[in-house]
Amino acid sequence: MGKYSGVMVYAEQRDSKIHKVSYELIGKARELADKLNEKVYCCICGPSDLQINELIYRGVDKVFYIKNDEIFNTPEVMTYAKNVTNIIDKVKPEICLFGATSFGRSLAPRVAASLKSGLTADCTGLEIDEEDNKLIQIRPAFSENILAHIKSQYLPQMSTVRYKEFDEALRDDTRTGEVEIVEAISIENNAIEILEEITEEILNITDAKIVVSAGRGLKTSEDFKMIEELAKLLGGEVGSSRPLVEEGFISKAHQVGYSGNRVKPKLYIACGISGAPQHQAGMKESDMILAINSDPSAPIFNIADYGIVGDIYEIIPQMISKIKNKRA
Amino acid sequence: MRIIALIKQVPDMEKVKFDREKGVVDRKSAGTEINPFDLNALEAAVQIKENIGAEVIAISMGPQSADSALREAISRGADRGILLSDRKFGGSDVKATAYTIAAGIKQIGKFDLIFAGIQTVDGDTGQVGSEVAEFLDIPHICFVEKINEVDDDSITVTTDIWDGIFIEKMKLPGLITVTKDINSPRLPAFKDKMSARKADIPVWGLDILKDYLDENGTGLKGSATMVKKIEVPAAVHREGKLWRDNLDTAVDEFIDIMIENKVMEVK
Repeated sequence: MGKYSGVMVYAEQRDSKIHKVSYELIGKARELADKLNEKVYCCICGPSDLQINELIYRGVDKVFYIKNDEIFNTPEVMTYAKNVTNIIDKVKPEICLFGATSFGRSLAPRVAASLKSGLTADCTGLEIDEEDNKLIQIRPAFSENILAHIKSQYLPQMSTVRYKEFDEALRDDTRTGEVEIVEAISIENNAIEILEEITEEILNITDAKIVVSAGRGLKTSEDFKMIEELAKLLGGEVGSSRPLVEEGFISKAHQVGYSGNRVKPKLYIACGISGAPQHQAGMKESDMILAINSDPSAPIFNIADYGIVGDIYEIIPQMISKIKNKRA
Repeated sequence: MRIIALIKQVPDMEKVKFDREKGVVDRKSAGTEINPFDLNALEAAVQIKENIGAEVIAISMGPQSADSALREAISRGADRGILLSDRKFGGSDVKATAYTIAAGIKQIGKFDLIFAGIQTVDGDTGQVGSEVAEFLDIPHICFVEKINEVDDDSITVTTDIWDGIFIEKMKLPGLITVTKDINSPRLPAFKDKMSARKADIPVWGLDILKDYLDENGTGLKGSATMVKKIEVPAAVHREGKLWRDNLDTAVDEFIDIMIENKVMEVK
């Protein structure tokens, strides 16, 4: 067994577009690698038209580019697992980071188990322990009630990391690095076949700077129009609490919470949302929170920077018209 | 067809207390229940049993007292329950847990489908399902929100992954993790609860699993990760400004705040 060295990032792509969590991981990987005096590696599976140098500009020393125009066009996890495992096994990085996106959360455990290594899920903090140069992985557990500090006993030390947890690495297009093209391994008689994609709308609410969300205070699905209008005026996206998604008022892509999307916008406007812990788990880290609710005892007010006790059907139309007036 | 549902007994998260000073979870402060997502996994298995016929086996790893979770699983439609329990299994991380559960499944013998919840509400990792699949060398699909079709050889599902919704077909045997959207778990009928009380729950430890389980791979010894410290952060609380009356002024003031903080532009 060779010596393990370096910090590897698994970079995710879809339709030749590199997922931004990859740049956040590279930023963190650079910081960790510099402390250890080691290199930053990146492994990416994708078609031949990837902007591969972008990874170098963000701080990677060497990219392992598993290039194939056919097999990486769907989220067929078995093929990815095989290819990524192969690279990690060959490169033997000391630390290996995956984005905790839905795909990353399906892929990484498979890879870790195959390497007989550990994997710490959904990290929100990563540090090097000064005493033994090992990775301290910090993650919430017990439905976000505790933060556990975890260390891996095996190498590589592997983690999945939440999107929007770390800052994106700065881009420097004078940086240089190496790209090794790796031939992809296809699986014969693959047990999984992707039949079709039925995505209704591609909405990445986690990327929105402003989210205007509605909860049970909203009476009909029609009323989402006013939420949409406010969101649009502010250049934001529409969010929703779980009950309205279950009622069929709006699609799941808009759901914010423990079992939906976790958002961290500059401003979160909670309209008629009482603020159950499950909802808070998805939005409590927003930079600024405004809650509008007619019930002054609603828990959402405890985590809001600003609160208006009142009827959303009065306040939102007022806000819309006042914003329009300001801009007129 | 034989379907295995992975069940974990977890503390009731609404009631469990956390000691901030000591940095510990007081598991005794609350009762236990089946991990809510596992109820969806079990329900999915029972629905297939009702539609095309199948044997449903609920399997759990935990202390002896976790047999009550398996009895509940039986009352909710599982045909039988198996508890993987041994003092040496204590302290298992994801890898050791998945390895041990995979050994339990190998001990059961032939199977077609495994259902697991997307995550547990205590460990919260969402990794055990996919790792079990890897240890069993079978395919897996995560985040399944609908079962479109199932027969003896394959299952077709709708899954929410990769910022999209995909329809995937998997040859069996395979493992699936399900979200809350897949179904609404039924409540057990009183008579089923009563008969489940009498069910025999076999307990399998290291001795029984010895053909498939190496002691060094399970429990603390077999764990690849170790919890070094637990922090219980203070609940988030923001000293918010609250407007209770004169909503007209409230809206004006808030718009000014948005402009000041550059979250809103005035063109």
